[in-house]
Amino acid sequence: MSAPGLSRRAFIARSAAAGGGLLIGLSLPSGLRRIFAQQAWSAPAPKISPNAFIRIAPDDTVTILLKHSEMGQGVSTSLPMVVAEELECDWRHVRSEHAPADIAYAHTVFHSQMTGGSTSTWESFDQLRTAGAAAREMLIAAAAARWGVPAGECRAENGFVIHGERRARFGELAADAEKLPVPAAPKLKDPKDWKIIGQATHRLDSPVKVSGQAEFGMDVRRPGLLTALVARSPWFGGKVRSFQAGNAKAVAGVVDVIEIPSGVAVLGENFWAARQGRDALEIVWDPGSMARHSTAGQLEDYRRQVRTPGAIAAAKGDAEAALATAAKTLEAEYAVPYLAHAMMEPLNCTAEIKDGACEIWAGTQFQTGDQIAAAKVAGLDPARVTVHTMFLGGGFGRRASPHADFVTEAVHLAKATGRPVKVVWTREDDLQGGHYRPLWMSRLRAGLNNHGRPIAWAHTIVGQSILTGTPFAARLKTTLDQTSIEGAADAPYLESIPDHRVDLHTTELRIPVLWWRSVGHSHTAFVVESFIDELAHASGKDPVAFRRDLLAADSRRRRVLDTAAQAFGWGRTLLEGHAAGIAVHESFGSVVAHVAEISVDNGRIRVHRVVCAVDCGPVVNPDGVEAQMQSGVVFGLSAALYGEITFRDGRVEQSNFHDYPVVRLHEMPRVEVHIVKSNEKMGGAGEPGTPPIAPAVANALFALTGKRLRSLPLRLA
Amino acid sequence: MKLQVNGKDYDVSVPDDMPLLWVLRDVLGMTGTKYGCGMALCGACTVHLDGRAQRSCVLPVSRAAGHRITTIEGLDPQGEHPVQQAWVELDVVQCGYCQPGQIMSAAALLKEVPKPSDADIDAAMSGNICRCGTYQRIRAAVHRAAEIAGPGGRT
Repeated sequence: MSAPGLSRRAFIARSAAAGGGLLIGLSLPSGLRRIFAQQAWSAPAPKISPNAFIRIAPDDTVTILLKHSEMGQGVSTSLPMVVAEELECDWRHVRSEHAPADIAYAHTVFHSQMTGGSTSTWESFDQLRTAGAAAREMLIAAAAARWGVPAGECRAENGFVIHGERRARFGELAADAEKLPVPAAPKLKDPKDWKIIGQATHRLDSPVKVSGQAEFGMDVRRPGLLTALVARSPWFGGKVRSFQAGNAKAVAGVVDVIEIPSGVAVLGENFWAARQGRDALEIVWDPGSMARHSTAGQLEDYRRQVRTPGAIAAAKGDAEAALATAAKTLEAEYAVPYLAHAMMEPLNCTAEIKDGACEIWAGTQFQTGDQIAAAKVAGLDPARVTVHTMFLGGGFGRRASPHADFVTEAVHLAKATGRPVKVVWTREDDLQGGHYRPLWMSRLRAGLNNHGRPIAWAHTIVGQSILTGTPFAARLKTTLDQTSIEGAADAPYLESIPDHRVDLHTTELRIPVLWWRSVGHSHTAFVVESFIDELAHASGKDPVAFRRDLLAADSRRRRVLDTAAQAFGWGRTLLEGHAAGIAVHESFGSVVAHVAEISVDNGRIRVHRVVCAVDCGPVVNPDGVEAQMQSGVVFGLSAALYGEITFRDGRVEQSNFHDYPVVRLHEMPRVEVHIVKSNEKMGGAGEPGTPPIAPAVANALFALTGKRLRSLPLRLA
Repeated sequence: MKLQVNGKDYDVSVPDDMPLLWVLRDVLGMTGTKYGCGMALCGACTVHLDGRAQRSCVLPVSRAAGHRITTIEGLDPQGEHPVQQAWVELDVVQCGYCQPGQIMSAAALLKEVPKPSDADIDAAMSGNICRCGTYQRIRAAVHRAAEIAGPGGRT
């Protein structure tokens, strides 16, 4: 990986020397690099430097540098597939590794290096195809020059450049190809000629992950490494008033106790020493303004607010007047709790500062933000901060921290000690450390006409903004945080409801909130798809038929809804004691419908089968999409059945998997995934499977029991 | 204290109550065994003690001394245990963090029950959490591993 402070060209030269092969690359003016580093969130899109992505070694190994972080979603396979398709290399020789933090790897839409929003494949699709095609043309040009024939008579195939009977391996041509100019507009393949894109492809990261060799942030080892655990305020916004380090320092293996902005760190020779040391710390906290906060009180406050109109998010006609004329009206309040991400790998980051440069090792979704934040703490130019992206043991949004909270702690401690320091969060730290999916409340009112068709819709939402206070806030198009209302303000049903209004109360609390797999859709899909189901039943119509009537005939949503319903066999008789519910929702450019078949066993909801239909546009790796749909279902199901972070006396009440349970193997439904063939714009796959599962289960529960549960987690008692 | 890990003998100087997990990871440098909860709730730290699945995050190292300890690194010298083969064949992994623990639990199950039923798999594998939700493929891969191992096969 690149050493700090090296120019891109030097980095390339060094990498090439180290690897003994070629990294085709473009240099980046240092001025632009600096601007990028300082204003990363608002920087213009970088000039595409397509060939920063491919390294071809003399032994034909093709290494694809990943601009996105592998956190399970499969980018370390899907992104190389896109490059390899155009490169015409031998797939068996392809490997991948995380790219360093560099403007060359900036997101083409968000303009900073990050992984999120289910954007990885579509945002880089054209860029990576272009990179692959450019490299292919350079290899062909190198061979043509060597043979003294026109490039137009040569072709690339399966890792060779071929001219008549002559063949040259990519590995033999790479050194020559490197010296050639990068073609400005290489010719891309016709999609009908694709051989890799669209084929179910085995993951490239399986072998290291089944052998225990995959290196996660947690696994980073450095000579002289200290492990630190930080005692953070049990109250958000609380501060250390005073502390006694004596007992902590007396623990064998504890090296030091250091106060940092986020709390008091105990540094040890290993995790266990640091853990024992932290347990022995005596801290007097100033709890701050959150000392009396309780979830019950917050809900009461939200319930008051939700009954008053908020700032308009979407409006057409006069919803109030239409409600007054409706033949039948319905009103309901919905609530969803704070949720922790609870990735299997608790947060961690290793930092080392040496010779005026800083290195950080982390499973991160936000290299640019981490680099800038680390530089600020270290007192260095961002160009002097190297980010080593390790495998992420799950991300789900938590590892895309706009404040780099889990990174800066490590940098503070590396600076203070002069040694490499790994800050490790325990599971308790993770669940009690904030940055939750916000608690949301919704109030919905709808009016039906004589035919049972909705003519009025009013939806008020109350909750905290995720974007406010982050550098991303500058990107807000309006004063409303779109992540609060996505999926509600643009609910597809509104198009056919002449008078509607969606509005928002944005609350301010000290509880840190963050994007959690599917972000705003994680509450709006539950609310909208549950309430639509309520309307269907109130109008005496079948939930599928009712939705179909409201969705445009040739719409993606209707196709996906139909696919799921047909694949499930909607309407057929189910086993005694079973019932089915359906939900369809668009998020991140993809539409997903789930049909959930459930039963209730001793008061416990059992989900037996989920039929999923997805339209995410053209698919790179169908096996990966299937895996992400299954994954999204399980993640959403954990939230639907169990997930809840609550507060009493300002403190989080949950601490580990015994009181923050998640779905386990014996509860896993059979999930059948149907990918709808589609030429729509490519969408995402990592998140869209999550939003519709909670409402599908809640709707099934209503069909089975007649009970409408309007808050998550779903509780029968 | 003497420990036998993956067939090799080690002499470590650590407190008796240090959990085996941290001895493996921080003292011996074997990082394949993972920390997930520290309370034997998630199974990421699963190793074998004399061939049986154990949660190493709550096992004081003193109680592991004198037993054969096997970690993911030592499950198979080539990393080609039937469970590992099946995991690769069916693309089970996603983030991969829980998978060493899943694989160790599955390998221990197959040793005791060479042809497990779904109920056997439920019973043996429900202690291992996967937040990516790979459970469906885990179940399929355990069945597949049983096939690969064959009757009286090597597990």
